[in-house]
Amino acid sequence: MNNIIVYCEIDEGKVADVSFELLTKGRKLATDLKCKLEALVVGTKLDAIPPQLFPYGVDTVYVADDSRFEFYTCLPHTSITVKLFKEQQPQIALFGATTIGRDLGPRVSSALRSGLTADCTSLEIGDHEEKRLNKEYKNLLYQIRPAFGGNIIATIINPDCRPQMATVREGVMQKEIVDLGYKGKIEKLTVANYVSDADFVVKIIERHMEKSKVNIKNASIVIAGGYGVGSKENFQLLHELASVLGAEVGASRAAIDAGYADHDRQIGQTGITVRPKLYIACGISGQIQHISGMQESSMIISINNDPCAPINSIADYVITGTIEDVIPKMIKYYKQNTK
Amino acid sequence: MNALRIIVLAKQVPDTRNVGKDAMKADGTVNRAALPAIFNPEDLDALEQALRVKDANPGSTITLLTMGPVRAAEVLREGLFRGADDGVLLTDRAFAGADTLATSYALSCAIKKIKDFDLIVCGRQAIDGDTAQVGPQVAEKLGIPQITYAEEIMGIKSGKIKVKRRLERGIEVVEGSLPILVTVTSSAASCRPRNSKLLMKYKHASTVSERQEKSEDYMTMINERPYLNIKEWSVNDIECDREQLGLTGSPTKVKKIDNIVFQAKESKQLTSTDSEIDELMKELIASHTIG
Repeated sequence: MNNIIVYCEIDEGKVADVSFELLTKGRKLATDLKCKLEALVVGTKLDAIPPQLFPYGVDTVYVADDSRFEFYTCLPHTSITVKLFKEQQPQIALFGATTIGRDLGPRVSSALRSGLTADCTSLEIGDHEEKRLNKEYKNLLYQIRPAFGGNIIATIINPDCRPQMATVREGVMQKEIVDLGYKGKIEKLTVANYVSDADFVVKIIERHMEKSKVNIKNASIVIAGGYGVGSKENFQLLHELASVLGAEVGASRAAIDAGYADHDRQIGQTGITVRPKLYIACGISGQIQHISGMQESSMIISINNDPCAPINSIADYVITGTIEDVIPKMIKYYKQNTK
Repeated sequence: MNALRIIVLAKQVPDTRNVGKDAMKADGTVNRAALPAIFNPEDLDALEQALRVKDANPGSTITLLTMGPVRAAEVLREGLFRGADDGVLLTDRAFAGADTLATSYALSCAIKKIKDFDLIVCGRQAIDGDTAQVGPQVAEKLGIPQITYAEEIMGIKSGKIKVKRRLERGIEVVEGSLPILVTVTSSAASCRPRNSKLLMKYKHASTVSERQEKSEDYMTMINERPYLNIKEWSVNDIECDREQLGLTGSPTKVKKIDNIVFQAKESKQLTSTDSEIDELMKELIASHTIG
């Protein structure tokens, strides 16, 4: 009772990376709280899944296996999650901040009338004193996230409602196996007790999924452009440099809003978090929402014609100049001096 | 025959793309008064989807609902200028400080007062919070299904709606039954501009609070043209459990707010001359950072 439950997403028979990342974080929180770490998987043909989860230190895997669950739809997953949470009374529940987690999480939180904090960048355990009520709370989940367009960091708590729910974006937490031989148990849920026919009113007619063309998360070099790149044509220079260096191209939210790059390239709190060995920020001013998604890069080069751009303060190298001027010079030198 | 009753949820948001220093109050909530206020971009995209449904189903009506301070009536007028039929402003101090759950509760109570609807459309998320929670929570409170991340409402026929969703790695076409709530993502078509005839028609539309200091002539005009009256509802106008509203009804609390201080590094400053760029590239190659 009062454990931590991670909702694990299954994508084409595989556990989503974000779910492994949440389990890794969940394991640490469970150890701090001296409670169990549990996982919920909903899908079909799931026999191979629990053994993949146990090494992350999962004590119980709840499995809801039914052929109707081949693809995610909102209502059945909501019904299962809500009923399981009512039975198990977890103190903390974590979801990926994906299109699935952001569809499911709010619905579950509303049904349970408990708070949900979206897109957390850090989760910690801590105490809270409510001076007004002279009340002490022990071991709350601190849900930490940039707020207000990323200009501040807010620590959110749910003092009175359970579970304390949070979503976290893929790549924000790191995934790490704790013990290959970790022993957990499987609890198969009797699906008929959890869903009704009415849960299947929304039907999927067509699906066209592509393998993601962009793999920024795992790239060792990222060239990212911001609003300061100035045009879609100038953004092409970043692609040229990337193809020469074997890098991926990323973008700030402002650049995407301006139409310079596609959404799947967004780096930052509401996009992807990256930790490459080299990050070249081109015409990026450095809003916190962006910086929180790249500050752990091993080396940061900022190219900006504004010498006072905030991003310069976290850069190892600051080149004061324009993209049109600097990038062709980098390409030229690299082509001439490597094979 | 196919006339539909559509509700669009809209939010007036501070333009977080231009945040000044005095934007936060001591209690950690946002000082909205200090910022330019805009129609939340994805809610505007949602309005466009609703307008397209209305175009395809003559006789349909769109009611725009917003919760916020008195000046949030601006988004309602903006919606009227673009083709919405009616606006409702939900405003009361009792709603202040609401998190997403308390917000969705208040909105769902207002929707129950509007009563008859086939379709609710709203933006996926608002730019001031980016939570994407209010849409699904409203749907849950009304006990209706939801379709999130909609890029296009493809059509509505015999009580069934077909929607194209934009997901991380592709698209999904789903079909659901009315009534339903749809949240619209930013890859959807942008909203049409203001219509000049509607602009003339609704230019003087206002809520009762906005009219407090207006002249008698203005009041006469409002009385002659009832469509200029934008509905304004307070907590007394909706049936609700007050415990679930505002700060009291919000399970999440802001424990603290920190300004972000990044560990400033010792940066090497370069100019864009050939020699300095070449020197940097040489270093990067030598350290195997690139190459």
